[in-house]
Amino acid sequence: MNFDYTFHWRPVIRKLPELLEASLVTLQISVLSMIIGIGIGLVLALLRMGGPKYLSWIATAWVETARNTPALFQLFFFSFGLGAFGLHLTPYLIVLAGLSFNNAGYLAENFRGGFQAVPDTQMRAARSLGMSTTQAYTRIIIPQVFRIVYHPMTNQLVWAVLMSSLAMIVGFRELAGETQAQAFKTFRIFEYFAVTALIYYVMVKMILGISRLLSWRLFRY
Amino acid sequence: MNDSIAFFSGFGPKDLWFLTQAAWQTLLISVLSISGGTILGIFFGWILSESKVVGAITVGFILDAFRSVPLIIQLVLFYNLFNVIGLAVSPFWAGVTILGVYTSALVANVARGGIEAVGAPMRRAGRSLGMSYLQTMRYVVWPIGLRAVFPSWVGVALGVLKDSALVSVLGHPELLKVARDLITRTQQPLLVLAVAGAFYFALSFPISRYAAHLERKWQS
Repeated sequence: MNFDYTFHWRPVIRKLPELLEASLVTLQISVLSMIIGIGIGLVLALLRMGGPKYLSWIATAWVETARNTPALFQLFFFSFGLGAFGLHLTPYLIVLAGLSFNNAGYLAENFRGGFQAVPDTQMRAARSLGMSTTQAYTRIIIPQVFRIVYHPMTNQLVWAVLMSSLAMIVGFRELAGETQAQAFKTFRIFEYFAVTALIYYVMVKMILGISRLLSWRLFRY
Repeated sequence: MNDSIAFFSGFGPKDLWFLTQAAWQTLLISVLSISGGTILGIFFGWILSESKVVGAITVGFILDAFRSVPLIIQLVLFYNLFNVIGLAVSPFWAGVTILGVYTSALVANVARGGIEAVGAPMRRAGRSLGMSYLQTMRYVVWPIGLRAVFPSWVGVALGVLKDSALVSVLGHPELLKVARDLITRTQQPLLVLAVAGAFYFALSFPISRYAAHLERKWQS
């Protein structure tokens, strides 16, 4: 074991603006995939709890595939797999679709758990007070479910940020991809990835901090 | 142009064997890193539960960093660190080591939860029955805590099984790496991906089912 390596941090510092810009791309694609994932996840959860048989079967297949295969596998499906149908997505869309698919699968299970945690009597009580079904859902059920799934949702956002680093493999230039591109240009691989690890750490901590502040504001009562 | 046939040939029985071997590699990486990581993680979890202040700032902080940085970044970073300090580690063992440490960071949280799930009165009762600290741990805390957190541990293990796919960035021929190589050669992405996906499903689905079964059995 001989140590004859000199660290060179200057090339990394010089490229720091690029890395920070790429980290904004990471945040953007993660948040976007979360929004899409929440929408689809809600639909999947409702379908699994009581939809037409074949639709509920599709929802189950989606959830089980998302949860039982690696996220990277899902990205490969959207890049090579759709390529087989002659559908060639741009790297950005591949990553967005892959992340959204994964988020939707995990969130659907969270939502289902949330809906099941709210007792049926809440619905009946709301209906007997003269609310319509829509009113009962939007004013009574959804707020309670939201409170239950808030923390799992925050965790999923953190996961989305961490998962988006897989974009490096399909050639999209978010933070990890940009780091790889810069690192292999200069062969300062260790230094670049050390700085990137730090940026990811700060991003995750920021998300958790903001979510905690929001939860104080949202759940005052 | 008969040459091109050698480069692009269809998916054959031999390739299925390739993928089976690759799935074996995936299983091997997962089993090694999960078992290593679990032992290490239980130890860290014990530290976290015993030493609330010092443990939280030292061990807790470091483990939290492992959970807050993407695994793929950790793999590239530490694999290069091994090279920097002149340690020649094969991609396989580098992958197992890094994945193991990552697992231990996740398991530590679970283990701490398990230890804390057993209330102080219960432990004091054990001690006042004349049990030593270790005996209380072994005969009181372990059986009760294990049942409380076993489902989350299975969740961690399944997550690591899936995350082992990332060892492919170091170039080790595990399932997803071989699948990708086969796609390049056969140009039949759907078939190859379906087989690879089926392997992952076959590895992880029985475990999650068995865990659910065990959980039901323990509850009754």
